[in-house]
Amino acid sequence: MADPKRPRPMPTPETKHFWDGTRAGELRLQRCDACAKVYFPPRPFCPACASQSVSVFKASGRGRLFSYVINHRPAPGFTGEYAIAVVELDEGPRMMSNITGCPQTPEALVLDMPLEVTFETMDDEISLPLFRPVQG
Amino acid sequence: MKPGSIAIVGAAETTRLGSIPDMSNIQLHADSALNALRDCGLTPKDIDGVACAGESPVNMAHYLGITPTWVDGTAVGGCSFMIHVRHAAAAISAGLCKTVLITHGEAGKSRIGINRPPQPPSTLIGQFELPYGTFGPPTMFTIPVLRYMKERGLTHEQLAMVAVIQREWAARNPRAAFRDPITVDDVLNSRMIAYPFRLLQCCLVTDGGGALILTSADRAQDFPTRPVYILGTGESVETPMISQMEDFTSSRAFRVAGPAAFKAAGIAHKDVDHLMIYDAFAHLPIYGLEDLGFVGRGEAAQFIWERNTSPGGKLPMNTNGGGLSYTHTGMYGMFALQESVRQMRGTAPAQVAGAKISVCHGVGGMFAASGTIIFSNQRP
Ligand SMILES: [Zn+2]
Repeated sequence: MADPKRPRPMPTPETKHFWDGTRAGELRLQRCDACAKVYFPPRPFCPACASQSVSVFKASGRGRLFSYVINHRPAPGFTGEYAIAVVELDEGPRMMSNITGCPQTPEALVLDMPLEVTFETMDDEISLPLFRPVQG
Repeated sequence: MKPGSIAIVGAAETTRLGSIPDMSNIQLHADSALNALRDCGLTPKDIDGVACAGESPVNMAHYLGITPTWVDGTAVGGCSFMIHVRHAAAAISAGLCKTVLITHGEAGKSRIGINRPPQPPSTLIGQFELPYGTFGPPTMFTIPVLRYMKERGLTHEQLAMVAVIQREWAARNPRAAFRDPITVDDVLNSRMIAYPFRLLQCCLVTDGGGALILTSADRAQDFPTRPVYILGTGESVETPMISQMEDFTSSRAFRVAGPAAFKAAGIAHKDVDHLMIYDAFAHLPIYGLEDLGFVGRGEAAQFIWERNTSPGGKLPMNTNGGGLSYTHTGMYGMFALQESVRQMRGTAPAQVAGAKISVCHGVGGMFAASGTIIFSNQRP
């Protein structure tokens, strides 16, 4: 029997650009044309000044490990212990993610370690942005 | 609302706490409501205001046979009841109603009659948090703590001590679920739930409920119970997503609700004899002590370690044993309020001698919401 999959996001009109981006291998954020605030999660107006003039852009995909827990209880779509992390992107916003490419231990997961985005394909529509330690 | 112009005249919990497999969610509300009505000699016909969370006020008014002129269904998690108290006090002051019943009941353990739909995958949480394996409060509420530890120097031992001291209070309370003493080592050797949180740093999951009855202080003398006056209140919300909390070392909702209550009450921290800070997890009293201004930034863990909040300390806190050792149905805020009322009535199992002012601070969701109530047994 196949493992149950992790919960799948369902895009809305306001978040479609983000999920279109991850499918194309890009992490897309929004910037306010009026006050230059970069923000996440997506919405068609600026949470800092309410301007409805905002632009989507391709982010660097770089960030640092801001905080996390390591879940020790079973959860659908995950095997073994896994970190649920918050990444602070170089552009400023924070987002939840998982950290791949390193052991899921406090010793390996050091706060402020540099990370870069990678994408895990769930299906034809959804690719999830995950993060891995920057090499070298 | 003028400080002291509204009072709690009725207060009670469900007759039983813990595992109550023979009662549904709504009946737990009703059990506590009937106990609170009996406490102050009223019947449902005397109630004209209804507030509750976990059931809608429509459900409760109908179930209890009440015809209200005012209702409040604010449901922002475990501090909803603090916010109900605040709204009810304002409503009574404004003449919208005279006698308000606030109810909580939750079959958190037995899960009978609970109708809580799952988070849809199209919400912001469904899109941007759930896919990463968040699985209940232990995997979300806890996320900011490693950041706090790094920035403020909090140690694992200090975080464990919160649970140790709350167990000391629980040992004095016959109704507490867990009463046997524990040590820092016991906490640090208990089962890992979500690093850095172990089992004894996470709240209980129980069945139970509680209810409050409020009216104007001028009418409070007509009741058989000792009135508990409301001096000041505060409320706020921040974000439904723990990942979007502005500052991982401090709750914005706490920093709005707490000071608002102190300002309205016109009291200083040194005036506070008794404190409740909602402790779903061991870090919450640490954030609460700092965000409410009882101690400076990064000082709360040492303040607890030095036994200031323990039995015999200068600031007795979570004297029922808290969500960690007393009970936690899911929305624990009502039980914090009940303990503040007991302390002000002078009827708490671990009574703080001579206590005149109690601060009761709640959290809702994962740092999503907050409500603060300041009580006194003296009318200013
Ligand atoms: Zn803007």
